[in-house]
Amino acid sequence: MVIAIGFEGSANKLGIGIVKDGEVLSNCRRTYITPPGEGFLPKETAIHHRQNVLKVLREAIDKSGIKVSDIDVVCYTKGPGMGAPLATVAIVARTVAQIWNKPLLGVNHCIGHIEMGRLITGAKNPIVLYVSGGNTQVIAYSKKDTAYSLSNDPSPGYNIEQLAKKGEKYVSLPYCVKGMDVSFSGILSYMEEKIESLLREGYTEADLCYSLQETVFAMLVETTERALAHCESTEVLIVGGVGCNERLQAMMHQMCLERDAKLFATDERFCIDNGVMIAHAGAEMFNSGTKMKWEDCFITQRYRTDDVETTWRED
Amino acid sequence: MEGFKLIKQGAESKLFQGSYLGVPTLVKDRFKKKYRHPTLDDTLMKERIKAEVRAILKCKTVGIRTPTLYLVDLNRRSIFMEYFPYSVTAKEFIFNANESLIEVLSHCIGKLLGKMHANNIIHGDLTTSNILISNKQKIDIFYESFQNLELILIDFGLSHTDSTIEDKAVDLYVLERAILSTHTTTYNIFTGILNAYKIENKNYKEVFNKLEEVQARGRKRTMVG
Ligand SMILES: Nc1ncnc2c1ncn2[C@@H]1O[C@H](COP(=O)(O)OP(=O)(O)O)[C@@H](O)[C@H]1O
Ligand SMILES: [Mg+2]
Repeated sequence: MVIAIGFEGSANKLGIGIVKDGEVLSNCRRTYITPPGEGFLPKETAIHHRQNVLKVLREAIDKSGIKVSDIDVVCYTKGPGMGAPLATVAIVARTVAQIWNKPLLGVNHCIGHIEMGRLITGAKNPIVLYVSGGNTQVIAYSKKDTAYSLSNDPSPGYNIEQLAKKGEKYVSLPYCVKGMDVSFSGILSYMEEKIESLLREGYTEADLCYSLQETVFAMLVETTERALAHCESTEVLIVGGVGCNERLQAMMHQMCLERDAKLFATDERFCIDNGVMIAHAGAEMFNSGTKMKWEDCFITQRYRTDDVETTWRED
Repeated sequence: MEGFKLIKQGAESKLFQGSYLGVPTLVKDRFKKKYRHPTLDDTLMKERIKAEVRAILKCKTVGIRTPTLYLVDLNRRSIFMEYFPYSVTAKEFIFNANESLIEVLSHCIGKLLGKMHANNIIHGDLTTSNILISNKQKIDIFYESFQNLELILIDFGLSHTDSTIEDKAVDLYVLERAILSTHTTTYNIFTGILNAYKIENKNYKEVFNKLEEVQARGRKRTMVG
């Protein structure tokens, strides 16, 4: 039996969760909310996390009903993410691990999403589409115990779902799929260049959002389908913030229907960054004997998914 | 399609096998993808059929073995082409063959791709699923020697024939990623491919330099949770 506590703070959400062999004992969270239209900045986000982290920690322990001495391993997000918020939360994890005299493990944020997704959906060997505001990847775990990221490209990161629902007219936009890789740079520069003239031609903003969303998601679904075919997998798992987008889920579901594959999408509670996913992924690492030296327990803003050795996977 | 039976579902199409005008034929059907907007679906289907046909023909003119085309029908969203009954994909081959055969295969793939790029053809979706290995003696024996085996390049839907050094580098990069995600041989297949690529493409230095850039870009792409 392994009880793990996980600390997540790579972006604007601060989350601490406790799991016992895959069972969620507590999942507590605070979100740093910025004024409308403003993105969150590292410094302010770090301050938010610092001001709340002890309260959330207290809450997570109380809710879980366990004693601190029951914890086997302390896990924190090592990266990727914003430096200052990551560091703020990591320092707390480091400190409590020392006070409680428990081992400490740094966890890759994306792997956290994936392992959590696998846990709650029961997917065995899925192709994983990881879509969040800042980052998009199609991931296939290989047999060589390394998670390979097949593609990784900044996504537009616009929250356009709501406006897109009101769109009606479809305008053709550049579509770029290269093997199992997608590129959004063409479509974005096209949008920037043409937006004025498209609006003058009678397309509404909603139409443009709709068309952008249809095109970008079609690229993502196609890429996922290509990975499914090449890796001979029949499972798709969508994780990450944008994974909650209903249109993306509907399109993916349709694609899966057309090739007898199964779609797993994790729900809102877990798509969004949280501490449980870090605890769970960390517990898997702990179980497989992973140890980290204190000097390796740093944070890193850039952290590729395929840098992680997936020692806990048997297949 | 009477007498045709579904044999596979590929990355974007369904493959039917049967007989057309008395010869073994494969029909590649780019069926409607209901998940995407019909306008987009229609555009992509037509673009890809045209690209596939163009590249298959161009390959033939430069001596790269591709399926012979029998019929192209945009309305039926289909290409009718030569079927290779005695074939396996390079992927299957690599799963089953011994190291030395895999080495020969890598060498052959490298030469093939070098030649393709020397003729400015970009495949666009290089994976080990898109290379067939066919036994010329019309028997199902593959893993004894490479003697009677030949490579057939397929699946040109994402191809184009006007190309830059960057396109060639990306083409190879896509292949490298595909190999990494499926094959775990101790022999380094991709290195083997690159070594043989040099033989057929005299501009290999430029391509390899670009490839290093593309690889570095891939490694550097930051991830912001
Ligand atoms: N001419 C052919 N002869 C025999 N098998 C073929 C032929 N063309 C395709 N195949 C088989 O069908 C699979 C899918 O074909 P492909 O052209 O790659 O379609 P897709 O674009 O859908 O991936 C190939 O991986 C191969 O196994
Ligand atoms: Mg194919």
